[in-house]
Amino acid sequence: MIFGRSERGKAPVEPVTLKILVAGGFGVGKTTLVGAVSEIKPLRTEELLSEAGRPLDNTRGVEAKHTTTVAMDFGRITLREDLVLYLFGTPGQDRFWFLWDELATGALGAVVLADTRRLEDCFAAVDYFERRSIPFVVGVNCFDGSARHPADAVRQALDLDPGTPVLMCDAREKETVKEVLIGVVEHAMALGARRRQPATT
Amino acid sequence: MSPDGEGTQETETHHWFDDDAGPVVRPYAMTRGRTTSAAQHRLDLIALVVAEHRSGDPGADQTLSPEHVDIVGLCRASPQSVAELAAELDLPIGVVRVLIGDLVDEELVHVTRPVPPAELPDESILRDVINGLRAL
Repeated sequence: MIFGRSERGKAPVEPVTLKILVAGGFGVGKTTLVGAVSEIKPLRTEELLSEAGRPLDNTRGVEAKHTTTVAMDFGRITLREDLVLYLFGTPGQDRFWFLWDELATGALGAVVLADTRRLEDCFAAVDYFERRSIPFVVGVNCFDGSARHPADAVRQALDLDPGTPVLMCDAREKETVKEVLIGVVEHAMALGARRRQPATT
Repeated sequence: MSPDGEGTQETETHHWFDDDAGPVVRPYAMTRGRTTSAAQHRLDLIALVVAEHRSGDPGADQTLSPEHVDIVGLCRASPQSVAELAAELDLPIGVVRVLIGDLVDEELVHVTRPVPPAELPDESILRDVINGLRAL
């Protein structure tokens, strides 16, 4: 008989786990965003093309990036002892799309990280989440020196549904990343509430 | 090396593998060729693997591979998600799933299922998530 554990019941806490996906084009800063809020250095489940990921990517130009995520990077945020949020960066290249369905299953929602210099890189991700009715927000990663566009211009360029939030962020800044994640959860809640209403059509 | 990262590389002699390539063992050798485990639902990446109290000393069990033992050891410290185990052991997710399936069959670990797919978590959980994020 073990006495020391009685105050918390007999077993260690088994937390509820949730996941949010982080999608977007190659080199847009997905791993950086995960790293900005994760309590662990982003982990990688299957290997990459060259050297190990760094917490900060050089974002001055895509041509400077020599590695990419061929599987998934993920981070963890323990919100409470019994509530853990995982962030999964989706593979940034089209040939790894087969991994997406697995990642998307059971996801709370997603962030599509966009770079206004290469908005077309996130069309595929937007399309993917729209088709599957997975709640998502678009996070516009405002790199130093990248042109700032108003959210409405981005919304229009991506042809987003009016309800899809567009949020400005800096993937390196914890505070702005937090806001984006909160945006995802709030959006998921709003959509969930709407779905619970009886259908009107 | 040229700025585009190519050029000189081709003239260097390369082994076809290096340390980054991981162990030179076909990963599914560890599962004796199995890619799925019987009667085991597909484990989500964020399903948590929890060591059973009576998992004893798995190292003494000769039917277990070192990887099995590692998994039990990691999970005993604290529950681990499937994704974390794969990253920690540097094994493909598919291999880790099979190994976890074995351990479930042996009743050395159990797996907690995350919120079922296609079902949004409870609204109160979502509020807790928002509050938790704000407090970071």
